[in-house]
Amino acid sequence: MSTKFNGAEKTERLLNLVICLLYTRKPLSKAKIRDAVPQYGTSVSDEAFDRMFERDKDELRELGIPLVTEPFDAFFEDEPGYRIDRREYALPEISFASDELAVLGLASRAWTQATLAGPAAQALRKLEAAGVERDDSSLIGIVPMVRTVEPSFEAVKNAVLQHTPVGFTYRTAGTGEVATRHVQPWAIASWHGHWYLTGFDTDRDAPRVFRLGRIEGEVTVEGTPGSYEVPENHQPTTMISTVAVDRDPQPAALRVRVGAGHSLRRQARTVSHTDDTWSLIIVDYTDTEAFTAEICSFGPDVVVQSPAELRESVIRQLTGALGGRSGGDHVNGEEANR
Amino acid sequence: MSAQRQAGQLRQGGQPSESATKRLSRLLTMVPWLLNRQGVEIEEAAREFDVTPAQVEADLALLFLCGTPGGYPGDLIEAEWESGRVYLGNADTINRPLRLGVDEALALIVGLRALAAVPGIGERDAVVRALAKLEAATGSASAGTSRIQVLIDEGTSGEMVALAKESLAARRRLHLRYLVPGRDESTERDVDPMRVINFDAHWYLEGWCHRAEDVRLFRLDRIEALTILDEDGTPPSSAQPRDLDSGVFTPHPDDQLVRLALGPGAVWVSDYYPVESIERTQDGGAVMDLRTADTGWLRRLMWQLGDQATVLEPAELVAEVQRGARSALEAYADAAGSAESTPASG
Repeated sequence: MSTKFNGAEKTERLLNLVICLLYTRKPLSKAKIRDAVPQYGTSVSDEAFDRMFERDKDELRELGIPLVTEPFDAFFEDEPGYRIDRREYALPEISFASDELAVLGLASRAWTQATLAGPAAQALRKLEAAGVERDDSSLIGIVPMVRTVEPSFEAVKNAVLQHTPVGFTYRTAGTGEVATRHVQPWAIASWHGHWYLTGFDTDRDAPRVFRLGRIEGEVTVEGTPGSYEVPENHQPTTMISTVAVDRDPQPAALRVRVGAGHSLRRQARTVSHTDDTWSLIIVDYTDTEAFTAEICSFGPDVVVQSPAELRESVIRQLTGALGGRSGGDHVNGEEANR
Repeated sequence: MSAQRQAGQLRQGGQPSESATKRLSRLLTMVPWLLNRQGVEIEEAAREFDVTPAQVEADLALLFLCGTPGGYPGDLIEAEWESGRVYLGNADTINRPLRLGVDEALALIVGLRALAAVPGIGERDAVVRALAKLEAATGSASAGTSRIQVLIDEGTSGEMVALAKESLAARRRLHLRYLVPGRDESTERDVDPMRVINFDAHWYLEGWCHRAEDVRLFRLDRIEALTILDEDGTPPSSAQPRDLDSGVFTPHPDDQLVRLALGPGAVWVSDYYPVESIERTQDGGAVMDLRTADTGWLRRLMWQLGDQATVLEPAELVAEVQRGARSALEAYADAAGSAESTPASG
């Protein structure tokens, strides 16, 4: 029974601690805090109280509560006191017009399906706490949605914000080569529906762009926050757009069954009929990976004639689809191919 | 004592797995929100904070036990909710919400900047004003936000986005020639537009489809032709925008149940399609159940995912996927010699 209530008791203790430290004008000593917060009264020993108080302080700071340590008496500087600066704590008084809150609502809901959904909703509630209701009726109906389906998103985002060097296993596009990379993260950006990391690759001694979806497994922290500088005026989307596209568009020759492959036919440069069953189309593509997926989705209705690289990529993918994976066993792409 | 006991009982109706700090964070936002909305219904507060009404009551019961040092009744927060409406008082110390945290500021600022860059958005003025106020108010929390960017562009759909918005603003019906990718066929239909959505770098038009007599999403780059008609395009009152939280597909309960095994590189599928249930596997993959009326698109998805996904059930679909993949591969075996031929470039 008692464990069931521990959670609530701890919330009570933390809330009373916050109120007490906001309420006090002068910094409070630990002893005073122990008296003032009733839930500390139940701790059995001084050591238990000390440990509990240290943990509580850390947790409040992690929530972003500006708990400061100050000498509480000018004459006894060795004894620290604690308080929360109200001006630092409180969200500044901002008054948003109802149309401004409406677009803030749009911005917040754009993250509904991302790892930032919780913070985005909480931020909006804080802004609306003042009592102004948003007026969604003024919006003309454009709804952007941002997704973070890449498992590495949180770790990479935090590394970018804190300037922390990281390492991860990365699968290079095209070659499929898998290697450990060591990177000083500069920025992340969502570009054409994918998240990319820009940064300095310390092994290759050059700036590089990484697609988060090609990071395999965990991202590990490999240094201390703030241990490098991000170049001034770094423009992530500019860098990504010049690098992320594999190369200039190149032509592919595809045999497409008559009456099928509509989306390919629409993009085609030329379409010629070879016989009653097949058309030959010439279509430009840039991203082998993405184009392979599109071609494979047509199954037996589309056959790649050239280039050989695209042909092999499609054969590899279809062979994988034929073999597939069973239950939880991972079938490596390379093995399935040979 | 009785208040203590009552609070204890109510807490059992709460969320036992929630951490104390997460709950504290909600309480610190809930207090100013309630103080500014005296007499608000418990249900409304529950909706706003995305918790159950029982949790709101448990939170109020907890607040009721907290207050400024002293422990006398006059020091405690006053909370009253017996009538189903919430009244809160004596909580001046925490009557302002806590500043926005880094992730909170980031989500709104990056979201607003992305909105500001959406081509032709009508609310650009409000976005710019909101952004300026927010940046001023968040100070250091917004410092790194410029290094996190979301780019929403029109891609190849610029003309269609403009036409869809025009029809929305004028409330006019649209005639579409639309490519249904799952069936790889072209269709004609009339649509009353409801909203334009950008989702995974694709633009969609959501509207009431007169052919399906239901709300449908149309990807703008699959619209082959679009005409704005003279007819009024107000959708029927029964037309509700879809809840996009479960992706762009909406299943029906009598659809066929399909079980898929997904590799780590294909788990994203569960974010895009209607998931009935999902279980993670040790290697970072997943086994996922979904319902669908039409397995055509699923077959195509399986070919596309290669070795990263397999149908486990039903057996007919397993066979269909394999038959298609085998037959596609046979074409390459037959035409092995022609691999070297290069297309005419021009």
